[in-house]
Amino acid sequence: MIHLMTRLTKKEVLHVAELSNLKLSESEVKKFLPQLSKIIEYVSQLSEVDTKETKSTSQTMGLTNVYRENSGDSGETLTQEEVFSNTDEYNGFFKVPAILEGRTNK
Amino acid sequence: MNLPLTIKETQEGLKSKKFSAVELVDTYLDKIKKYNDEFKIFLTITEEVAYKKAKEIDNSDLTLPLFGVVGSYKDIFLTKGIRTTAGSKILENFIPPYSATIIKKLENAGVISIGKLNCDAFAHGSSGENSDFGTTLNPWNKEYTAGGSSSGSGAVLSSNMSLISIGTDTCGSIRLPANYGYLVSLKPTYGVISRYGVIAMASSLDTVGPLAHTVPDVETVFNVIKGKDYLDATVTEKSINNKDSKFKIGIPKEFFVGGLSKEIEKNISEVIKIYKKEHVEFVDVSLPSTKYAISVYYIIQPAEVSSNLSRFDGIRYGGLRDTFGEEAKRRIMLGSYVLSAGFYDAYYEKAMKVRTIIKNEVDEIFTKVDALIAPVAPTPAFKLGEKTNDPLSMYLTDIYAATANLSGIPAIAIPSGFSDKKLPLGFQLMAPRFGEDILFKLGKIFEIATDYKPKVAF
Repeated sequence: MIHLMTRLTKKEVLHVAELSNLKLSESEVKKFLPQLSKIIEYVSQLSEVDTKETKSTSQTMGLTNVYRENSGDSGETLTQEEVFSNTDEYNGFFKVPAILEGRTNK
Repeated sequence: MNLPLTIKETQEGLKSKKFSAVELVDTYLDKIKKYNDEFKIFLTITEEVAYKKAKEIDNSDLTLPLFGVVGSYKDIFLTKGIRTTAGSKILENFIPPYSATIIKKLENAGVISIGKLNCDAFAHGSSGENSDFGTTLNPWNKEYTAGGSSSGSGAVLSSNMSLISIGTDTCGSIRLPANYGYLVSLKPTYGVISRYGVIAMASSLDTVGPLAHTVPDVETVFNVIKGKDYLDATVTEKSINNKDSKFKIGIPKEFFVGGLSKEIEKNISEVIKIYKKEHVEFVDVSLPSTKYAISVYYIIQPAEVSSNLSRFDGIRYGGLRDTFGEEAKRRIMLGSYVLSAGFYDAYYEKAMKVRTIIKNEVDEIFTKVDALIAPVAPTPAFKLGEKTNDPLSMYLTDIYAATANLSGIPAIAIPSGFSDKKLPLGFQLMAPRFGEDILFKLGKIFEIATDYKPKVAF
């Protein structure tokens, strides 16, 4: 059984921020640390519930593998112009930030 | 002109030429222009769209089910060519290239779309105070919250700026604004209304539902927007209705202990008396695991939020991730934490198992009763600013809402009076999955027995 650490550390908050792809300011870390600790502490009450024989629920309707008819045109296909209408494009491609070192231009 | 408060009055007025659809739009827009800056109800007003549709309606044969009904939508529903923000700065300039299924269904049924409504950013909140575009004020008393997250969807009706509105309910976000606004609203069974084109919050819990002034109007709108949509694989079409009389309602004892305001408790006991006079039977029941509902919810929901909001990368649409507001960041962090290596089993997996226990308890109860009665919230509308520094106390506002979302059952919020401070009071009824019809029947019994009349703040 895992011992639940309900008091978060600053290191954990920074780790979770990294997992979340969020850059937090120093003041945000300071604000979130006690708030998240308090919430985690509250939800840790679940550890008192016996679930040894219980299966988990992720879909309340019990639906699995719903398919539609395989028709060519759904009538909802977007044009290239529509797809790029909310961003910058370059020659019909999405522009993404550089991920390799030594290149700073997009 | 005096704006009608029901679909029936609106359509009779149009048919008898008492007023035209264009005049209706004129009147709603006058009101919106007068009050919107102060009450922050609409984020986008679609004047041109509304007049175009109104002219079409005036020249039509007035046969569509919702002809002439002026509607507005939480700004979480995509509307082709019309800005959709989800109440967040990250989508401040987002113009969707397609529309949500429910918007198309409403417009095809004759609804005049008048605008997009304020809400807590990404539907995270119970008070509207997490909107990046300012807090919606409650038209009944502007020092108080209009309820969240569909804050604008409630306030728009209690200020009479549209006849119907649509919101989303992941844990009370439709029922709470209705409750704080003297309105009727339905959180439907999970998966009976399409979510195609709805900006996702927590996908195993999110539902779409209507708000209006009466039970019959909520039912009419529900019948238009429900049903299969091949663009949303989670939609199922089914309804259960076994009777027209001899209803039996359960009173879950766990929903009437500690923390519930005396005023609400008293109000609901009066509601029960009214029902009893109408030959509805009441029995005491117990849902012992519902005390864990908020804990289960605040693990599962942030986990799903962290996953859904990971699509905001600033590449295809929207701003960069540092544009997220504080609450979105908090929930993404919580979600990443409960899903992270070392904590997944203790939190996420555990919550999914306790969810099963809650769902089984609820299913078991519905073998004995047709519906459950409960408060919508622990108190009448609270003062703005009261809970903003303590996220946990804000989360606990939804303590009576979580059961319906976690178990996928429908719930209706119905107004039933006013508090000493002249703030709206109400109650909710829950039914088994696909039992919307039971809720509508019980809702109508209450409205008829009390000679209910819709009320607006101004």
